[in-house]
Amino acid sequence: MIKFVLMVNRRGQTRLSRYYTPVELSRRAALEADVVRCCLSRRKEQCSFVEYKDFKLVYRQYAALFIVVGITDKENELSIFELIQNFVEVLDKYFSRVVSSCAIMFSLDRVHFILDEIVQNGLVVETNRSRILTPLNAIDKMSDS
Amino acid sequence: MLQHSYTHTAMSPSVPLQEMIRAIRSARTQCEERGVIQRECAAIRAQFRQADNGGRSHNLAKLLYVHMLGYPAHFGQMECVRMIASSRYSEKRVGYLGAMMLLDEKQDASLLITNSIKNDLSHSNQYVQSLALCTLACMGSAEMCRDLAPEIDRLLRASNSYIKKKAALCAVHIVRKVHELGELFAPAARSLLSEKNHGVLHGAVVLITELCERSSESLERFRKTVPDLVQIMKGLVISGYSPEHDVAGISDPFLQVRLLRLLRILGRNNETASDAMNDLLAQVATNTDSTKTVGNAVLYETVLTVLDIKSESGLRVLAVNILGRFLLNNDRNIRYIAMTSLQKIVGTDHNAVQRHRGTIVDCLKDQDASVKRRALDLSLALVSASNIRSMMKELLLFLSSCPPELRSQAANGIFTAAERYAPSKRWHIDTILHVLITAGGDVRDETVPNLIQLITNTSELHCYTVHKLYRALLSDISQQSLVQVACWCIGEYGDLLLRGDCQEVEPMQVCEDDVLDALETVLQSHMSSTATRGFALTATMKLSTRITDNVDRIRSIVSIYGSCIDLELQQRAVEYNALFKKYDHMRAAVLERMPVIERNSSGLINGDPTGEPVKEVQPSKVKTEVSLPLPQAADQTCDLLDLLSSSEQQPQSPPAAGSSILTQPLGTDCSAGRDLLDLLGGLEPTPPPTAAPTVTVYEKDGVTLTIVCEKQSDSAMTVTLTGFNSSDCDVSSFTLQAAVPKSVQLHMKAPSGDSLPAGGAAKVTQVVLLNNPNKVNLKMRIRVSYSCRGSTVQETVQVDSFPGL
Repeated sequence: MIKFVLMVNRRGQTRLSRYYTPVELSRRAALEADVVRCCLSRRKEQCSFVEYKDFKLVYRQYAALFIVVGITDKENELSIFELIQNFVEVLDKYFSRVVSSCAIMFSLDRVHFILDEIVQNGLVVETNRSRILTPLNAIDKMSDS
Repeated sequence: MLQHSYTHTAMSPSVPLQEMIRAIRSARTQCEERGVIQRECAAIRAQFRQADNGGRSHNLAKLLYVHMLGYPAHFGQMECVRMIASSRYSEKRVGYLGAMMLLDEKQDASLLITNSIKNDLSHSNQYVQSLALCTLACMGSAEMCRDLAPEIDRLLRASNSYIKKKAALCAVHIVRKVHELGELFAPAARSLLSEKNHGVLHGAVVLITELCERSSESLERFRKTVPDLVQIMKGLVISGYSPEHDVAGISDPFLQVRLLRLLRILGRNNETASDAMNDLLAQVATNTDSTKTVGNAVLYETVLTVLDIKSESGLRVLAVNILGRFLLNNDRNIRYIAMTSLQKIVGTDHNAVQRHRGTIVDCLKDQDASVKRRALDLSLALVSASNIRSMMKELLLFLSSCPPELRSQAANGIFTAAERYAPSKRWHIDTILHVLITAGGDVRDETVPNLIQLITNTSELHCYTVHKLYRALLSDISQQSLVQVACWCIGEYGDLLLRGDCQEVEPMQVCEDDVLDALETVLQSHMSSTATRGFALTATMKLSTRITDNVDRIRSIVSIYGSCIDLELQQRAVEYNALFKKYDHMRAAVLERMPVIERNSSGLINGDPTGEPVKEVQPSKVKTEVSLPLPQAADQTCDLLDLLSSSEQQPQSPPAAGSSILTQPLGTDCSAGRDLLDLLGGLEPTPPPTAAPTVTVYEKDGVTLTIVCEKQSDSAMTVTLTGFNSSDCDVSSFTLQAAVPKSVQLHMKAPSGDSLPAGGAAKVTQVVLLNNPNKVNLKMRIRVSYSCRGSTVQETVQVDSFPGL
């Protein structure tokens, strides 16, 4: 299962963090800093899977944004790799422009809602792009009217 | 962005989320940022205290942002609760999000939202229902789960697909919290498998996976669904292009992966289920497009499944070949996971993996550290008798350039491999030397005694070994393990070194001064540890019998260290000095060549490898060497266990007669102790304490041996052996030896004495400490030997039952 999802920029500032296993607030900052340092220090030739403590990290870089997903041992790393790509494509479709660190920041709650449609409780719930966005589009229409 | 107007308060204006974010970002220092945030939090708090206004939801949104940055936001918890209960959807939404982020089941506030969740689960609006489901799945406590489980079950059966898929995952959370509720969801889960909607299918598969992992009855029950699952999977693989589910040419790869994982769980250890899925797996393995990552993800999952269930051999070979193909893939991610999978099966499908050995060894040179680590693990697992030479070449090459965190693992792996498959002794010694020279600092402690043991066992190579080690010592004295072994060998085989006539190495004239210089450098160098210096001092001492001219130099070195600050070295030096002065006649015997050390079967050697001189006097053991490095202790254990089959004793060179004199120099500090014990023995009342019963185990001609047992702890006990002489002739040299089963640890303390005068005037007691951690059946064999009337008596008795236990 998925333990957490983080989005950080190149300087290591967290843009989005979602935990699916309970982690104390005081430990979160340290965990995030450590994880990010681990991923940022890897070079281009190294693979996207890192063994970190007793679980694994899968990360992908999109321009200035790093998306890091922490997973348990039993999860298929390649499928999580693809999941990250899927997530980014959904965000692109919703915001109808290339996702950047700033866009995430200013619409944080929307991004959370999208993430909730994809991952629930540490498990993948929906991967079809249009189906993920249907509720959000409906809500937007409702709140506009 | 939520379109709400913000309200001004009398105290301070609250700003929209975007402006706050901008303000935070523009703060140039941490302090400034904290100031901005504190101001905002104060404003937010004030807003919360006020009555309902339109700006509540975006205040909470601001709070969540602040929370993400790591600042405390617990004052928002009650606001979340209030907002969840609101009727406005936008407020509910932010309220639930806040609940998921700020609350967990340990907080009191979470109880307050139970009712809201319950109501919202049956709300008319599906999006409200989904919010409740999501939150329940995220932070529902066990009571909440128990409460709401029937509701979830209802939703699983009768609602639209959007809700069904969320309810399925909520059910997963409930099952995790309250295991027994798995039974409740099983029928609904089964029926969900016939849905067409992929989201629901996905949820159903996940739920079934969770149920099967939790209980074996569920596992049995769901095995019947294997045909259905195979059908669904076939549909995905064969079906044509479907725009709804397509990801890079594969139809819903996420669902495929999940299905494969479930099939794996169902097929494990079950022949029928595995048979049913054989065809499907072969089909997926051959038809899936492997040019893109998605395809490879599915293939990877397929391989894992094939290898885990009881598949036929053709399919397994196919799977391993897929992994082999992965190894050659350009994408390093794929190489990495191929190695991980190969690692898991190298034990079971060894031959299949061997075929890809070449590629694996090449990966040792990969750039990525994780790939290198995996390649090392695999390479070590693939070493066998047939490929040992070539593999070792590669491994040694790797060792010289590998990253520091992998060095110790590599060195130890090389040692184990060399031990198991060495084609010749000389090769073995060469390999170990090579490793010590390259990575001597990273090897385990047992390496030194193991190597010494190996060297003594290879008598034909003593000359060669000592030459090589001497040369290594001359070039570098920083690697402690290497220096220790070298010193030991030079001390032991110094005469061979000086003779200089070895065919296998280039001739090198070594004179005595050179050797002594080398040893002195080690002694004086600040890089040498205490243990190493101990080795060097002992070696110097041993050379005194092997060289002819410079004995005086050795004498002076030894006497200098007699005033060394280090206690260990000082003691050694003093004893050696004594050997020079008072016992010079024995020096040759004492410093003779060591006997061949018997290999300890487990490869683990007890005792202290730093080679302290053995100070304990145990008259039951014949101590031949004065100061030895570790192998001494190995002698001890072997002897003790071999007590029972003692027809061929361990080779011990000096005659037993020398033993009693030998023990003197060591015993000078112990004999005082012994006297003390005797003194105490005299003071103690002679009749044994009534607490523990005494059992007579041996009796002959008036000489009796009794034992008294006392339990000290769960696995430890003390046995006191008492010898008594009621005959009318003196008994002298009364010694006891004991042996116990292999897993029991035995420690014999010094006996009170060794003579039993006639008429029972005095007795001999000896305490034995036993530790029986494995709780095996405790037996002890005791050998009694003494001389009486000029003849030696030796008897062995076996004690099977211990009273007082």
